[in-house]
Amino acid sequence: MPELILTKDIDAPGLDTLDGYSLHGGYEALARALKEYQPEELVEMVKKSGLRGRGGAGFPTGMKWSFLAKNDKTRYLCCNADESEPGTFKDRMIMEKNPHQLVEGVIITSYACRVSIAFIYVRGELALAGRQIERAIEEAYATGYIGKNILGSDFSLDVILHRGAGAYICGEESALMESLEGRRGYPRLKPPFPAVIGLYGGPTVINNCETLATLPAIVKNGAEWYASFGTEKSTGTRIFCLSGHVKNPGNYELPLGTPIRTLIYDEQYGGGILNDKQLKAIIPGGSSTFILGAEKVDTPLDFESIAAAGSMLGSGGVVVMHEDTCIVDAVLRMTEFYRDESCGKCTPCREGTYWLTEILHRIEHGDGKESDIDLLMDICDNISGKSFCPLGDAATSSITSSIKLFREEYEYHIREGRCMVGAGAALVASH
Amino acid sequence: MISEQAKQRMRDLAARYPVARSAVMPALYIAQQEEGYITQEALQAVAETIGLTVDDVESVATFYTMFYQQPPGKKVIKICTSISCYLRDCDALVSHLEQRLGIKRGETSADGNYALLTAECLASCGTAPVLQVNDEFVENVTLEMADALVDEWDRDLGATENPSEISSQDVRVANEKKIDSKTEIPL
Repeated sequence: MPELILTKDIDAPGLDTLDGYSLHGGYEALARALKEYQPEELVEMVKKSGLRGRGGAGFPTGMKWSFLAKNDKTRYLCCNADESEPGTFKDRMIMEKNPHQLVEGVIITSYACRVSIAFIYVRGELALAGRQIERAIEEAYATGYIGKNILGSDFSLDVILHRGAGAYICGEESALMESLEGRRGYPRLKPPFPAVIGLYGGPTVINNCETLATLPAIVKNGAEWYASFGTEKSTGTRIFCLSGHVKNPGNYELPLGTPIRTLIYDEQYGGGILNDKQLKAIIPGGSSTFILGAEKVDTPLDFESIAAAGSMLGSGGVVVMHEDTCIVDAVLRMTEFYRDESCGKCTPCREGTYWLTEILHRIEHGDGKESDIDLLMDICDNISGKSFCPLGDAATSSITSSIKLFREEYEYHIREGRCMVGAGAALVASH
Repeated sequence: MISEQAKQRMRDLAARYPVARSAVMPALYIAQQEEGYITQEALQAVAETIGLTVDDVESVATFYTMFYQQPPGKKVIKICTSISCYLRDCDALVSHLEQRLGIKRGETSADGNYALLTAECLASCGTAPVLQVNDEFVENVTLEMADALVDEWDRDLGATENPSEISSQDVRVANEKKIDSKTEIPL
């Protein structure tokens, strides 16, 4: 098994307490960061490590930090722990089992970016994760890892846990800031980017939970060490969330560049397709990313290779579908999510996701028209790139890619009024 | 009744954030804890302690599905129906619980004991299908487990009547949908 960075001790008893975390080297990285490095040196270190954001976009973390506007306004850090991308369940695990790893990453990042107030925005539905983070913050305050003059340095920091309350859109960074400011979670127009004008108008760093939880290991072991894992442009390891039709779904930390096949079929990981069926399709990075056909199973899981294969590594949520999956019904289910979670601010997304769902629903239930496939593509084209935030674009990914890959299944549905594969096909055939 | 203690916690929160307004969501949580849902009094208390108008607070409260606009039921059951749970047959689980509890998804039982809601991806895809009861996870749920859970909840609630005989009340808990009234709850 390859070396684990994030999840090495994840099942150690008591890891979720400060004592337990300290037993496994916890907060050593913070002490070293404060003692041995100037903030700018840490930014350079993270740049050199090649670490890229684990939330979805995969933007280089150190570069993001270096974009912070240099002015005298108060700087803020927002940890995006509003995990809700369908198929993704890694941040919840980190928060529930190893909350101090995240808190330590938040403190180190705040020091590196000269931030004085950091927020950890935890999804409302993840109640246990929220409690674990809250307790970790309290313990860190009590020990002097958060507060005034941390470990005798000049650096002072406040960390505030903020619970979301049921809105996927708040995982979008500008909506997250709106929500933190006490408003409805409507995305802001960009530019200006958060690094220039962010929370309360100050320069703001926003990083995903897993990204921040990776920092203690980088500070402790060095940029070169981290960059020795993974590929040249996609360094390190990340947690892949494997779900759907596999024998052993779960979170698996692997070096970037590991082939999808290894994750799905290796006995240590997915263990193969459920009931030994044939693989049909893979969603490589959460439901917002383009669906890949089974022939792409040897694609390495790194940012470049997945992009070359026609999708995105996204949030690391790998969803597997086997041969009995009706693609129209699966895509309908994913589209309903975006319809329900569209915040309603932009017309193309609000109206478009509604109509996409209606059309998919009628195709799935035997009332589709021949022109519906082109109509779906047309609506997707009218949503994509035409709203403030990427939610609408995300809604179209599964539709356009599935029509490209499985057009005959849509056509069969419209022509025959039933599913081509799976239970829906068998049900009618037996009558 | 929003207690003075709760109001004090709201004021403390407002002072903790760089801008008082940021405390509106945590304050709404405190109010909901006291009242069970977001009552008119809850809105007023939050507005007073944070320094906003009642309308302003309401506009925030109605955006977020976890702030209940009506009493949600003593046991709020949320079943994830997003893609990974769908691939693991969550729809059978929803139907099964609809039958056991005698209510459809989106409804609260007439006695106020149960609310059965469908939820968007709950970040538990590796242990699908999954449900939450009052925000605590139950993972890898089989139909047998669901039956055992209902028995346990019934005992918890001291319910004596046969749950399947409770007539369903079409109280659609407002957290099914935020903005767009066109969407029908699939029945």
